[in-house]
Amino acid sequence: MSRNKELLSKIGLRLDGRRANELRRIRCKLGVFTEPDGSAYIEQGLTKVLAAVYGPHQVRGQRSKAQHDGALVNCQFSMAVFSTGERKRRPRGDRKSTELSMHLQQALLAAIKTELYPWSQIDVYVEVLHADGGIYPACVNAATLALIDAGIPLKEYVCACTASLANNDVPMLDISHQEEAIGGPTLTVAALPMSGKIVLMEMSQRFHLDHLPKVLEKALQGCKDVKNILDEAVRLHVQDVGSSTGWVIKN
Amino acid sequence: MALCEAEKTFVLHGVEENFRIDGREREDYRPMELETSIVSHAFGSARLRLANTDVLVAVKIEVDIPFPEKPNEGKIEFFVDCSANATPDFEGRGGEDLAIELSNSLSTAYQSSRAFDLSKLCILKGRKCWKIYVDILLLECGGNLFDAVSLAVKAALWNAQLPLVKSVHVDGNNIEMDVSEELYDCQKLDIKNAPVMVTVCKIGDYCIVDPNQAEEKCSVGSIVVAVSGDRLSTVLQTGAGSLHPTTLVESMKLGHTVGQRLNQALWEALQQIPEDQDVGFLK
Repeated sequence: MSRNKELLSKIGLRLDGRRANELRRIRCKLGVFTEPDGSAYIEQGLTKVLAAVYGPHQVRGQRSKAQHDGALVNCQFSMAVFSTGERKRRPRGDRKSTELSMHLQQALLAAIKTELYPWSQIDVYVEVLHADGGIYPACVNAATLALIDAGIPLKEYVCACTASLANNDVPMLDISHQEEAIGGPTLTVAALPMSGKIVLMEMSQRFHLDHLPKVLEKALQGCKDVKNILDEAVRLHVQDVGSSTGWVIKN
Repeated sequence: MALCEAEKTFVLHGVEENFRIDGREREDYRPMELETSIVSHAFGSARLRLANTDVLVAVKIEVDIPFPEKPNEGKIEFFVDCSANATPDFEGRGGEDLAIELSNSLSTAYQSSRAFDLSKLCILKGRKCWKIYVDILLLECGGNLFDAVSLAVKAALWNAQLPLVKSVHVDGNNIEMDVSEELYDCQKLDIKNAPVMVTVCKIGDYCIVDPNQAEEKCSVGSIVVAVSGDRLSTVLQTGAGSLHPTTLVESMKLGHTVGQRLNQALWEALQQIPEDQDVGFLK
């Protein structure tokens, strides 16, 4: 990999022209499909993810898996074969997708009020259409929106964000694929931004312990920013759907 | 989708009276939406939405070695992925049977050199050729997958840009290709005769096209015809049920005429697609 490229230039701009604490553009839409109970589409920069939620419904397959005190949350992560620059052989079933499915389930379980649906199951399927860094955060954010669209009670939004450290000093938010490839550590955080709790933290490469608090703080700030954007999208969507059924919106 | 007897009778009566459950006549299609260049890093792509059926197709092109028995031809490969987003039944390996059925029907339909000329994909006889990967992602299933998939594939191939090879140098075992550096120096693929599939469903005494999921459940037998130009490139019978030879020939004729109309409509739609459309799922 080209080592000579700098993650952060002297004047504080990144390779794609962002500043260190800026997210990529997020655009999202709820209710893209009619068949699932809830669906959402999100674009974070060039990363594009579709999410669909089915349920809560009766447990399919092995009935013994049903839990008496809460719903089963079943996640499947899958990547379109054309989503990466090099064509992938399989859309799912490899180690990376299995790991991401598990992490997604972990993050969502922390937010869904599963105790309201004993003996039932909620399916969350995410499909990556274009992978350009930060796949996991985009999946978590899309899944949150799809769950909201499905009307499943959540404790609060669950949002995720990545952060890194440039020039051994400056924390950077929302790492793109290009920046991932250049190198440098990546910290992935999924959090409940309103209460500030962390539901999943994953670190790659080496961080000095002294740097970790400030990078983590940056990532949490990123989660809060993402939450504000999602919240706005949800409110707009509810307004749209509501006004078509004759609600009067008072400002 | 489960239907009770009364619902099935309702569908059947609708077909008999040439006024189907969604108000269409027997030879009508549901509304379609087509977008191209939707996957920015693929060579070509298209998304087709036929009422509730949603298909995304991306074309990727790589350099490969031709088959020894066909040294003058390139390769084309179809891969269908049934996303679990469409229905929970597709989770894990659940959609594989359907995926294989769809991709096999596409490869047989594209096999004939009159339907799609693979010899144009040859770069150097016996040594180098282009291999086209057509990756199909099913995002939502609302009936009539064959038609939707074949239309989307044709649109994606129309959209594809084949890199231009300026010259090829052979030096012993090394082959050097000089591919044009210019971004817009590309060839279009010739897809004038690429097949379009039409599913003809027999319900009661009549044949219909573009069945939705409820109608698919009521059908006593269905065939898929792939229409390429003014000929048929494949005919296959799908699902359970049996057809009388006379009905079979009749439905093939119906599929043929409808296929030609569909082809014409697709062609006109493709010419109308603006260059810088705002595409995607955000619309």
